Amino acid sequence: MSNLVSVRNLYLGFAGRTVLEDVSLDLEAGQILTLIGPNGAGKTSLVRVILGLQKPGSGTLRFSHRLRVGYMPQKLHIDATLPLSVAGFLALADRNPQRGRDALERVEIPHLLHQPVTSLSGGETQRVLLARALLRQPELLVLDEPVQGVDITGQEALYRLITRIRNETGCAILMVSHDLHLVMAATDRVICLNRHVCCQGTPEIVSVDPAYTELFGVRTALYTHHHDHEHSLHGKVTSGSDTCGGHHHG
Amino acid sequence: MADFLILALLAGLGVAIVSGPLGAFVVWRRLAYFGDTLAHSALLGIAAGLWLQVAPGPMVIVVCLVIALLLLALGRQQSLASDTLLGILSHSSLALGLVAMSLIPGARVNLEALLFGDLLAVTTTETIAIWLASGLVLALVYWLWTPLLAITVHEDLARVEGVRVGLVKTVQMLLLALVIAIGMKVVGVLLITSLLVIPAATARRFATRPEHMAIFGSLVGSVAVCLGIAASWWWDTPMGPTIVLACGLLFIAALTRRQRG
Repeated sequence: MSNLVSVRNLYLGFAGRTVLEDVSLDLEAGQILTLIGPNGAGKTSLVRVILGLQKPGSGTLRFSHRLRVGYMPQKLHIDATLPLSVAGFLALADRNPQRGRDALERVEIPHLLHQPVTSLSGGETQRVLLARALLRQPELLVLDEPVQGVDITGQEALYRLITRIRNETGCAILMVSHDLHLVMAATDRVICLNRHVCCQGTPEIVSVDPAYTELFGVRTALYTHHHDHEHSLHGKVTSGSDTCGGHHHG
Repeated sequence: MADFLILALLAGLGVAIVSGPLGAFVVWRRLAYFGDTLAHSALLGIAAGLWLQVAPGPMVIVVCLVIALLLLALGRQQSLASDTLLGILSHSSLALGLVAMSLIPGARVNLEALLFGDLLAVTTTETIAIWLASGLVLALVYWLWTPLLAITVHEDLARVEGVRVGLVKTVQMLLLALVIAIGMKVVGVLLITSLLVIPAATARRFATRPEHMAIFGSLVGSVAVCLGIAASWWWDTPMGPTIVLACGLLFIAALTRRQRG
């Protein structure tokens, strides 16, 4: 399959400090690729270069065609003086209110349509950001630390949602995470980044790669879903066996 | 009612109407200090106008715009905290404007009018100019509302979605410069940011949507202008400061109401 995005020999530096060094990567259509690495490894910088938000020092960046890109930034800081509802926030990307409602439905938070954005919890904010990215009907979805500020159960749910979105829409996903632990089950390929590409491959391969264990230690075993129930967004305990079927690798 | 009072009222309302939407952006983007700096540099514009013997109004707009773009460029450096940087530039430009004006030979400047406004001296031509500028500002804000709001909420996200962030930000600075130029006549360079910030902050308590905050801000500003002009006429107080005081009182009155949304 042809590559949607090809990055070759990318260099980036800020004020004499090298941030990215000879980074190359390929992203195929429909693939979920996760960038992992410690803080300061240049994950977000790499994503910003691919999004066109940051000019690289050198290297090439090639897209198969003019891609429709959906972007989910790391954080959302909205001043409390801005009275913006979730509906208003989504309308910034697409003024059609029906499509806004549909996007919220897909990220499983239709009840938050009229909530002020500043009153949302961490997990809710991430889902609203995801909904806005989906409104672009992306061929490439770029998620910068999508589970930041979300509790463990919420993180699993969010990763399942991301996988489902890829399965339904067939869009490619480039995701940043600083932890391989939970993201394992949701990704096809992993690139371990520490300014340069340390190692890459399927999560199973990367997790036993010496370069990976050197960066992260051996504490990270492949994550397995071992819970007998889960919580819905309202905090209600729902049965997990049917939504989580097929995930018991442990 | 006397003609000059009607003119004062019309000129004041022309400024109050644009102060709502623009003030809202100043509050949301935390540009109050930034606005202050621009307003102070307006004095430099007046001095430049006197020096070059051109109309001070357009000169104020040009100088404010140049300073605004300089500040945007300096802001990316991040070697000084932005409030420190603004503090330096704000007061330096005010001082520079005052010194420059004293150095212009033969210039007869009513400094108090520049610093605190002189609404009673407003002419018909100036009032028309205020309404033209204010109409232009409103038209641009209406036209660019979504991109303006999008960059307020998240600049990078807006850029990825195709908003031309640099252009929109430059237009926003131009709008601020225009409002400062027309607002100078009403409340003067020292008080102009209050006319941007206070009505918008007052409107926040009633607004559940950004559009409403902008419109309510214009209404609050207009009420304050009417009250201020009446009070200053009644008690023979300076008009600019009285209008600002009216804004402040309306804000305090609004505090008694629980904030919505």
